[in-house]
Amino acid sequence: MEAFETFDGIVAPLDRSNVDTDAIIPKQFLKRVRKTGFGAYLFFEWRFDEEGEPKPDFVLNREPYDRASILLARENFGCGSSREHAPWALKDFGFKTIIAPSFADIFYNNCFKNGLLPIELPADRVKQLFALTDKHQGYRLTVDLENQQLRDEHDLVIDFGVDPERKRRLLEGLDEIDLTLKLEDKIAAYENSERAPAPIMN
Amino acid sequence: MHEVTSPQAFDGLRVAGRQVRRPDLTAATMDHNVPTDPDDMEIRDPVSRKQIETLRENCKEFGIKLFALENNDHGVIHVVMPEHGIIQPGMTVVCGDSHTATHGAFGALAFGIGTSEIEHVLATQTLPQNKPKTMEIRLTGQPDDSIAAKDLILYIIREIGTSGGTGYAIEYTGEAVQNTSMEERMTLCNMAIEAGARSGLVAPDQTTYDYLRGLPYSPSEEELDKKIAEWEELKTDSPAAYDRKVELPVDGLAPQVSWGTNPAMTVDVNDTVPDPSNLKRQEERQEAQRALEYMGLKPGEPITGIEVDTVFIGSCTNGRLEDLRQAAEVVEGKTVANNIRAMVVPGSQLVKKRAEKEGLDEIFLEAGFQWRNSGCSMCLAMNPDRLEAGERCASTSNRNFEGRMGTGGRTHLVSPRTAAATALAGHFVDIRKLQ
Ligand code: SF4
Repeated sequence: MEAFETFDGIVAPLDRSNVDTDAIIPKQFLKRVRKTGFGAYLFFEWRFDEEGEPKPDFVLNREPYDRASILLARENFGCGSSREHAPWALKDFGFKTIIAPSFADIFYNNCFKNGLLPIELPADRVKQLFALTDKHQGYRLTVDLENQQLRDEHDLVIDFGVDPERKRRLLEGLDEIDLTLKLEDKIAAYENSERAPAPIMN
Repeated sequence: MHEVTSPQAFDGLRVAGRQVRRPDLTAATMDHNVPTDPDDMEIRDPVSRKQIETLRENCKEFGIKLFALENNDHGVIHVVMPEHGIIQPGMTVVCGDSHTATHGAFGALAFGIGTSEIEHVLATQTLPQNKPKTMEIRLTGQPDDSIAAKDLILYIIREIGTSGGTGYAIEYTGEAVQNTSMEERMTLCNMAIEAGARSGLVAPDQTTYDYLRGLPYSPSEEELDKKIAEWEELKTDSPAAYDRKVELPVDGLAPQVSWGTNPAMTVDVNDTVPDPSNLKRQEERQEAQRALEYMGLKPGEPITGIEVDTVFIGSCTNGRLEDLRQAAEVVEGKTVANNIRAMVVPGSQLVKKRAEKEGLDEIFLEAGFQWRNSGCSMCLAMNPDRLEAGERCASTSNRNFEGRMGTGGRTHLVSPRTAAATALAGHFVDIRKLQ
């Protein structure tokens, strides 16, 4: 996985609460066979009309939010099923960070597994950010995971919390597989031990 | 592995330049998307076809054994793996499918996982896990011969509820469990997930060892004795400590039939459709009311008065040879009632071949059943087999959720014997009253 570096990006305000995984990526797209390419179907029902034309009033269809890398939303973002297609779609679209007052559990975990940073902020902070995106067209934030800070060009600084182990993994770009592979010698030792399973499929 | 949940895991490996660590401990088959009409095996849905082709290519690229359509040895993954001796006591078995719990029948720790986890296992042959709590479900007494493992597990779920096992690994114990065959144990463990548990298991014993003897991937005859000595160590401690214990008497248990839209909504076949207003909690009442509406049933209706349109015998719960034998015994020499669509979908092509050797296909065909190729079929309607809206089905599968077997379809979960008798009568039947 790529290391999560400090970046500066456009904030797309999605003023909805309880955004569920079916809204993020509808189930008719689950039969695809790649992890990539889901960005085209992100928020499908909201983004496109019956003819498949982009709806001009949906935020991600508007300049400059079509290039946003930070998504701002309300409570309980990512509720619904455990499908990992939801973070895949967000990431594939270009998002690196999602800011909301709260997230659904499984979705929150799945984000870290896929190199996305979900940031939980108090509701009034989120409200403030919505107001700022309203005031400044193309509002940008710097996401600094190392120092656990969000900053804008008007001297606003917001601290955020994150689990230290997860932070380390994102910063070092370690996915769980990399971490496990650091224990390769232990796995190999087990595989060479008496207790190891014999090959079966030969 | 099967074709639906594995493609992104392989994709992930490729992107990261990783290999499958232990192809010798990995196997796959195709089941969810495969057509089961023996006269028309062409996969028309391009997306389904793509998933099947992708699995084929991935297995080839990474050197994984695939039980494939083109070799005619495919089938529902939870039927195929055990019947080849691939599942053995003491193993940890994972698959991107919640009914992986089935393999606990061999005294293995078996549970379903997500796609990232599949990738993790393929790359490392390990998986970080939190330890589940443990639950003993002890069945006391001995049910009649006509009662199947399916009736037992439906009864268990009805008693402990669909979230009764959440957070637990279930161990089934008691005489009634020890007396079951391997196939029945697989049915019991299969539906642990419907009771909320990720895994269910039965301690290995002589029944397990006898089953494994001589299977293609089992230990050879020379190794087997040494292995059995090891497996004997896996026996349940006496006494054993559990986080939760449940004891259920099964003496005189009646055949079970589900009436609602989750597997806990089940009653005895000689009972009536329950009245929601008798339920204590308001949410329960509402849920039951909604279920009755969806199912098109009225409180107080006798279960045996409910007429069905379709009978489905198959799936990873009840698509094994013994299940087909039990159904065939009921069907032999009789005919399916008018206007009933009845189908038998063997759990694997191997089950199909064996059944044909015993002449079961003849019995079903003569009675008016369809005799199909193996696959998940109607169990989840991801392939051409499905229910129409409003169509009512007696099914030996495991989930009666809204729309599970086709949008608007109505599913009643039953044992293979009850399903067979229902096909003949056109309505549910108390099989204890036959003959
Ligand atoms: S038969 Fe049904 S429950 Fe079993 S693996 Fe197939 S779809 Fe899942």
